[in-house]
Amino acid sequence: MENLINIKINNATYAVKAGTTILQACHDIGIDIPTLCYLKEINEIGACRICVVEVKGARSLVTACVYPVAEGMEILTNTEKVHAARRTNLELVLSTHDMNCLACSRSTNCELQKICLDYGVTKTDKFDGAKIVYPIDDSAVHMVRDNNKCILCRRCVAACKQSQAIGVIGVNERGFNTNIGCAFEAKLADSPCVHCGQCISVCPTGALTEKDNTDAVWAAISDTSKHVVVQPAPSVRAALGEEFGMAIGTNVEGKMAAALRRLGFDKVFDTNTAADFTIIEEATEFVTRVTTGGTLPLITSCSPGWVKYCETYHPDFIPNLSSCKSPQQMFGALTKTYYAEKANIDPSDIVCVSVMPCTAKKFEVTRDDMSAVEGTVDVDISITTRELAKMIKRAGLNFDRLPEETFDPLLGESTGAAVIFGATGGVMEAALRTAVKYVTGEEAASVEFTDVRGTKGIKEATYNVGGIEVNCCVASGLDNCNTVLNAVRNGEKSYHFIEFMACPGGCVNGGGQPIVPASVRNFTDIKALRASALYNQDASSELRRSHDNPIVKTVYDEFLGTPGVGKAHHILHTSYVKRDINY
Amino acid sequence: MFRSHVMVCGGTGCTSSASQKIIEAFESEIIENGLDKEVKVIRTGCFGLCALGPIVVIYPEGSFYSMVKIENVKEIVSEHLLKGRPVKKFLYEETVSDDAIKSLDETDFYKKQLRIALRNCGIINPESIEEYIGFDGYSALGKVLTEMKPQDVISCILDSGLRGRGGGGFPTGLKWKMAAGNDSDQKYVCCNADEGDPGAFMDRSVLEGDPHVLIEAMAIAGYAIGATKGYVYVRAEYPIAVERLQIAINQAREYSLLGNDIFGTGFEFDLEIKLGAGAFVCGEETALLTSIEGHRGEPRPRPPFPAVKGLFEKPTILNNVETYANIPRIILNGAEWFASIGTEKSKGTKVFALGGKINNTGLVEVPMGTTLREIVEEIGGGIPNGKTFKAAQTGGPSGGCIPAKLIDTKIDYDNLISIGSMMGSGGLIVMDEDTCMVDIAKFFLEFTVEESCGKCTPCRVGTKRLLEMLEKITSGNGEVEDIPKIQELSAFIKANSLCGLGQTAPNPVLSTLHYFRDEYMQHIVNKRCLAGVCKSLLRYSIDADKCKGCTICARVCPTGAISGTVKNPHVIDLSKCIKCGACIEKCKFGAILKG
Repeated sequence: MENLINIKINNATYAVKAGTTILQACHDIGIDIPTLCYLKEINEIGACRICVVEVKGARSLVTACVYPVAEGMEILTNTEKVHAARRTNLELVLSTHDMNCLACSRSTNCELQKICLDYGVTKTDKFDGAKIVYPIDDSAVHMVRDNNKCILCRRCVAACKQSQAIGVIGVNERGFNTNIGCAFEAKLADSPCVHCGQCISVCPTGALTEKDNTDAVWAAISDTSKHVVVQPAPSVRAALGEEFGMAIGTNVEGKMAAALRRLGFDKVFDTNTAADFTIIEEATEFVTRVTTGGTLPLITSCSPGWVKYCETYHPDFIPNLSSCKSPQQMFGALTKTYYAEKANIDPSDIVCVSVMPCTAKKFEVTRDDMSAVEGTVDVDISITTRELAKMIKRAGLNFDRLPEETFDPLLGESTGAAVIFGATGGVMEAALRTAVKYVTGEEAASVEFTDVRGTKGIKEATYNVGGIEVNCCVASGLDNCNTVLNAVRNGEKSYHFIEFMACPGGCVNGGGQPIVPASVRNFTDIKALRASALYNQDASSELRRSHDNPIVKTVYDEFLGTPGVGKAHHILHTSYVKRDINY
Repeated sequence: MFRSHVMVCGGTGCTSSASQKIIEAFESEIIENGLDKEVKVIRTGCFGLCALGPIVVIYPEGSFYSMVKIENVKEIVSEHLLKGRPVKKFLYEETVSDDAIKSLDETDFYKKQLRIALRNCGIINPESIEEYIGFDGYSALGKVLTEMKPQDVISCILDSGLRGRGGGGFPTGLKWKMAAGNDSDQKYVCCNADEGDPGAFMDRSVLEGDPHVLIEAMAIAGYAIGATKGYVYVRAEYPIAVERLQIAINQAREYSLLGNDIFGTGFEFDLEIKLGAGAFVCGEETALLTSIEGHRGEPRPRPPFPAVKGLFEKPTILNNVETYANIPRIILNGAEWFASIGTEKSKGTKVFALGGKINNTGLVEVPMGTTLREIVEEIGGGIPNGKTFKAAQTGGPSGGCIPAKLIDTKIDYDNLISIGSMMGSGGLIVMDEDTCMVDIAKFFLEFTVEESCGKCTPCRVGTKRLLEMLEKITSGNGEVEDIPKIQELSAFIKANSLCGLGQTAPNPVLSTLHYFRDEYMQHIVNKRCLAGVCKSLLRYSIDADKCKGCTICARVCPTGAISGTVKNPHVIDLSKCIKCGACIEKCKFGAILKG
């Protein structure tokens, strides 16, 4: 039974949950209070002061985001005093902002811009004064930092430190000179950043953006000497629709395929296909390690943010990392080998473009030992879901009216096991479906392993796989990964198989996905909504086990040979390096 | 036993004017004269009259030697200590009248003072726990642990009416009561010794002169609220204070006055020093706690209040040094005694750091309710150089200016608030007719802008923009419409800032605007700074009647702006004048005017 208390909001009485904040209480009754710095659970710092409201008897205005309700409290959210305070606050913020909205990638999707419009801020020069001009940091491979657009809400700092246990960006200087950056004003590229892009996802303005590689894609498409192949990741189809006004959790696989084809890609394939290969290789690796006394727990390697985090912050676990390339890289490797051979195209004439929910994929394509064909890289260009949306918009494609199409054959067919890669727990579940078969020679009693589903940060389950009790752990968000690794290292926990994803909730919530404003993020579990799109697709798939994918069977029979060894190993596996944490 | 004690001030002020060398000189002279079995030299804490340092007081006579130089020591030892004849020429002149030598307590500086918090400063050797114990030290802790229940202690502090001396004036007993009422496996007692108001140094003086009083008081607080661990947050810029406090903590541990079983009662309490890196905002309670936790010192929203969720998310009380320094006396003398001192709602005494345009700069402790006039004119010895009192600034960057017309205000928490200022930590800066009030407001705001942590928008950007508005006025570009803009922005910053620093930052502006609006208007409308401070508004001119035509001004002028012939009045070409003031300094006839 929930403890309810009575409060007044704008002179009407409501019974609300005790212990909740004014912000939440107001939201629950249908009044949204603007916020800028507040991010539920990770950034409850009351810094931006946009959410101020009047509380009867309080000495000054109070911040709704962190102020708890109390019995008998009388709250006023829409008085002239409140509006004036919020407007002045915005005018002060603008006085330090470059206000270059026309050339900002976040224009129309900027939280500051929206609140300024809502509050009738018509003068941008009311508090004209000194302005610090910051150099733009575009040193990193995956993103650009422009402090001239930063409003110092610190959501990025919280994402980096709280969610991701990294903290390569923090607060420098103080007072008017306060700015966000790396310690000692270092460039982001010189810091041990893992490129996860969670900072971008939570940035309310255009201060943090992915590095835009769409021009390179357009150039490749228009280059007639190039054969351009595209592969969208599983979770892209669960989020791309949001860029076109569709509800969170809408699966747009068919329209996405249609859009990619109309953008001019020569072949529209699917990363999902490669995900099935990843399962074959990873399940094989797992079974081999278990049966031959190899290093355990085996830890997945699909998430490049996680992989770099391991290499940098927990290098003692490098031997535990699966040597399998990620689906993106397996896809590239198969394109430049198997597909090139089949289509009779010189691999060096193929441009492999990936569409990823992820900014770390931009780093992954540059990694060493990612070249199945000498002289070429497996994947040439990696763009995010957001960049694909931009391309579709530039091309003038009416996304809503696009037909539902399918992927091209050869590398376009996949199973339900592949599509759930996009959600935390999906790789584990997909691997278990195949591992059972590999150990016992029979299919698992149930295709679903639901204990590892859901958006909880750390999940554990034990499954009997052919008489072996397999302890599994699934974690997403690097802070959770850190917790699990420490527990494993000090012997508190013993697992056989671990799935780690750098981003909380997995790829559906990746740093390259459509930006969801905090006003939605704080009250909606976007991870769960997007994941449901993937699990629904899995449930309705005819084939739900990677080893049932006919392409998989064909390619191993005709081309790769036995999983985990020889040609398959050469093309589909990679290696890792210990990285220096210092800078 | 010694027949004579030579007390040499070892506070920061006197130490910086070589009091340590004076101690060494006394010691060697005393040995030379064979007096080392009879006379003892003691390095004490601050006497308060810092303007006259280095200070040496010789007991039993209580002779007060001021501005002592190393070369005076030989004569003081041979005359005073050997022959019993105080050396009048080195004594503080106020103590010498005709043939008699007055005791220190009879001087204007001391006679209106009542020393509770500073009672041992200048009296004992702060590095000796025995001396502290000799002056009733730790008997309050003994009484508390053996005769009182925790709630009795809290009642006693509540009844005494003691309010926080660090700025806000929150009732200390209430704070303790709230923390005591919150159950937790761990609670903390913290001390704010991050004294940051410009000019205030009473907390430093207590730490340097009587560190054990803090330890004793914090142990009492620990007992009262049920805490076993305490932290003293001291600024690293106070090296002597830190050293003496550490010595005191070590001694208290040796004497089992800190540790596992204090007074054999089973009560456990220990203290740790945490050094602050010099950020003013770390004097704000939540920022201080955040800093102790090892994070960037920034305030956090309240609620939760520290008494509920403070240091490391545990119930915590935080009081400043001066507040704690009152506790043992209140325990020993009783709440009624303390409540009998002061005004209706402000009990006890308050220490002020007198600074600015005043003769006796230093530390004074007076009963609450003492008037500003008594402090400035009597204790402070008035304004130097025959100038007139214009205003006093209290409360540091959070406070305001009290104009001359309110000089008879009885100083206590509520009166100061009602006239637009505040007690703050007790900085009291006196200003004379040469002070420009717009410039003063700008000075304090510059401090806040510099010290803002940058976390919340109103303080980070708002104070900067407010400062720019003042700069616009002092540079001669002010417009009449700027006044309402300043008022509007000030009100916004006060109502919307995250912590006390921002919430009070506009006070110096608002109070000067309230009491000295004419001066603002002079700057804005007439483009004049009558105090002659705001350089952009200065206009130098030569009074032809006074000018003798000596030509010296023309010769020192670096830009050749002054012209004239010998024995004829000179003139200044304002287009060339850079307002450096070199001419004024050299003119012997007072012929050059600025304003």
